[in-house]
Order: sequence, then C-alpha cells, then structure tokens
Amino acid sequence: MSFGPKPWIQLHWDWRAAGNFMFGGAGSGLLLAAALVLPLGPAWAVSLPLGLALVALGLLCVWLEIGRPLRALHVFFNPWTSWMTREAFAGVALFVAAFAAFFRPGTATVTALGLCALVFAWCQAWILKASKGIPAWREPKLVAFILATALTEGAALAVLLALAYSRQDKLVYGLLAAALVARALAWSMYVDATAPKLTGAPRAALEAVTPRILWFGTFGSLALVAAASALPQPYALPLAGIGALIAIATGWHAKHTIVTRASLNQGFALPVLPVRGAR
Amino acid sequence: MTRWVMIADLRRCVGCQTCTAACKHTNATPPEVQWRRVLDMEVGEYPDVKRVFVPVGCMHCADPPCMHVCPSTATRQRADGIVTIDYDLCIGCAYCAVACPYQARYKTDKAEFAYGEPMESEAKQFDPGRLGVATKCTFCSDRIDAGLAKGLKPGVDPDASPACVNSCIAQALHFGDIEDPQSNVSQLLAENQFFRMHEELGTEPGFYYLWDRKPS
Repeated sequence: MSFGPKPWIQLHWDWRAAGNFMFGGAGSGLLLAAALVLPLGPAWAVSLPLGLALVALGLLCVWLEIGRPLRALHVFFNPWTSWMTREAFAGVALFVAAFAAFFRPGTATVTALGLCALVFAWCQAWILKASKGIPAWREPKLVAFILATALTEGAALAVLLALAYSRQDKLVYGLLAAALVARALAWSMYVDATAPKLTGAPRAALEAVTPRILWFGTFGSLALVAAASALPQPYALPLAGIGALIAIATGWHAKHTIVTRASLNQGFALPVLPVRGAR
Repeated sequence: MTRWVMIADLRRCVGCQTCTAACKHTNATPPEVQWRRVLDMEVGEYPDVKRVFVPVGCMHCADPPCMHVCPSTATRQRADGIVTIDYDLCIGCAYCAVACPYQARYKTDKAEFAYGEPMESEAKQFDPGRLGVATKCTFCSDRIDAGLAKGLKPGVDPDASPACVNSCIAQALHFGDIEDPQSNVSQLLAENQFFRMHEELGTEPGFYYLWDRKPS
C-alpha cells in the first residue's frame, strides 16, 4: 500500500522533444531502410538527403528546447553514461556514413550507413528508457516499439520514394509489411505493460492510441500496401502512398502521445504512515 | 569516508514550511522554485483521515539517475555523496529533470521575482547563471564546506548545516554523516524504523524518513 499525492504529467519535455523522436526516428528509419532494401538509383539518391534532413530536423527540435542553446556542443561530454550524448555521436556518425554512402556507394559504406542508423534509433529508444522519473518511458518494452516504429516510418518513406520514381519494389513493400507487424506487436506488449501503471487522462490517451495504431496503422496500411503491390502503377501509387502516410502518421501520433500526454511521473508515495502519539 | 544524508522525522514535522522559507531565503530561488518542499498529504476517507507532512527535495542518491543521463557532465557527485550541478556546463536540456524520480529539479528560463520587479534582497542575490539551466537542492554544500574549513561539524553546528535543518522548529530535519556510527543520523536510524522514497528504483536516496520507533 502506498499513500501520497497523485502523479502529474511532466512539463519539461514538450512537442519539441517529441519532434526529435518523430523526425529523428523517421529519418534514421529511412536511412536504415535505404541501406537494407533500396536499390541504387534515383530513389536511393533522394532517400539519403531526406533521411539526414529529418534527423537534422529532430535535432533542431531539441536545440530549440534546451535552455542554453549556445552551449549545445556540451552535449558531447558524457558518452560514458548518457544516451543523449551517445545519440549526438551516433548522429555525427550517421551524417558521415550517409555522405560516404552517397558519394562512394558500396557494400562497406552502405552497411556502415545501416548500422549507424540503427545505433541512432537505438540511442533514441534508450534516452526514454533511462528516464527513471517517468513510468511510461522507463518501461523496457518501449525500446522495441521505438525501434519498430522508426523502421516502419523509414520503410513507409522508402515505399513513397520508390513509387515516386515509378518502381514497384516488392522488397520495399515486404520490409514495410514486416515492420508494421513488428510495430503492432511491440505496441501491444508495451501498452499492456504500461497502461496499468497509469491513471486518468494519460492512461486514456495511451489506450486511445491502440485502435489507431492497430486498425489504421497496421491493418489499414497493410491492406493498402498489399493492394498496391498487386495493382499496376497508376493505381498503386495513391494506394501505397496513403498506406505509407497512415503508417507514418500513426507512429508519430504514438510517440507524441508517449512523450507529451502519457508522461506521468510517479508522484510521491509513502509505504507506511508515521505513527504518532502514545501506544 | 563520509556520506552526508538527511533525515525527516515524519512524526515530528508539522508542515509549517519554515524549512521551505529558509531554503528560499538562503538560496534565493525564484517564485515557484522550492528546493525544499513540504508536501501536505491527506490520507484516507472521512472519518478515518490522516494528515502527513512530508519534506521532499533532491535525495542526493548514491546512484543518481540524473547524473547518469546528463549529457554535459554538469551533474556530478562529490566524494561525500552530494550531487552537484555545474551551472556553467549545463545546457538546460532537462533530461535530468525527467530522469529524477523525485521531481527535485527545476529549470527557470527567464528572471522572475516575487512582485515583478526585484526587491533589494532579490536583486542582490540574483544569479543570471542559473537561468536556462537545471537547479536543485545542494544540501547547502557551501555552508558545509565553509563549516568544515572552520573545524565545525555538519548536522551539529548550525554554521556547518543546511539552512532547512537549522530552521526546523520541530527538530524533524536532521543532517549528518551516515558513515559515522556515532553521528546523530546513524543513531536516529539505529533507534527508529525508516524508509526511503521509491526505494524500488534502486537509486539509494540519501534522504531517510522516520515513521516509528523500533520495537523494543
């Protein structure tokens, strides 16, 4: 039994912090998807700058949030224990790898790009996991969801790029489908573990994501992408495009909810009450 | 070795908030920033209701999550266990604030004063270096260090003790070295039952709450 004031939603990290996970996740996911499945060509050439731009946009969001923006380079000072520092280093490595893969595409540079993108997404997941003050963030199952949603968003962007350059690429569709299923499973496990720890509006906000991410984000996207893969190009593009956009939107919605609306702290709790007076 | 800890005797605290006022006066914290807070908890339902006053603040954990997540190494831990913030290094990312399970950290982005314009005392103590960075209770480490330099004993001599402890009208707050078995805090912990807040998180807080005497 515990006693104490009710927890409240943290106000330190707002949409700007959420933006880092949304844009950074999608950007690193796109770079990972490009390394995994996109063949060299126009879509590949666009995917790299687009992925980097999204990662940069996410980092810009963080920069807008910090209290001392002119000291931003201090973020590199603690690689020993801080996942934020590790994310910053991974971001630098990601940019270097992307430039190398862009100008010298080959097995080594593309593999390095994929690894750097994976490490960047991994660091993002662990930034939340290391936040001991927020039960919805420190839940270990969140790591799998953040990784799965980054890959989903990246694969969805890769589908859009492939279609924009008139390619029906089964491998890209397959990656998106696999990522959507993985994301749905990761979300289910995460929400099952986390929702019981929350109360009130934050719990309702988290639970409200479930039908959106499962019915629209997973089944809806899968159905549209499956239909697109079976149809000729003129019909495939809008269907797959809508499916991919739904996949991205639901992932961003989930991450925004986790960071800004489900981020209850745990308040203060007394395991026992003081004993007063004579006994 | 020395490890400074604080004890709050929940049986004694009357919720007068004098510690809060003393802390604000000593550390010149802006409005809505309370490094030493006293929670007023109402527990139960009528007619079986109890009221408990719980001093809270930075717990100066032995394994502080705020220090681990800090990307700039602004948050550090001294050899005596006190968790510190270097305001010149802090980038104000507030990662420490969301990592702290005790809501002990604050970030003030612009100068604020109790009545808009700063009073003379506020203007005198205003530190622009504290804007846009994380701040929290320091266990009045400057007082401790100055007291030790004079040969005084923290927790015993007021000039070497945190302001909140000195001000407590009910002697509910105590401060001392838990590594010294003869210290006031070690004696209190030996004689009473105690707990630490959110101990299940493994942060090993340096803030103990007494709730009953030990059964004889």
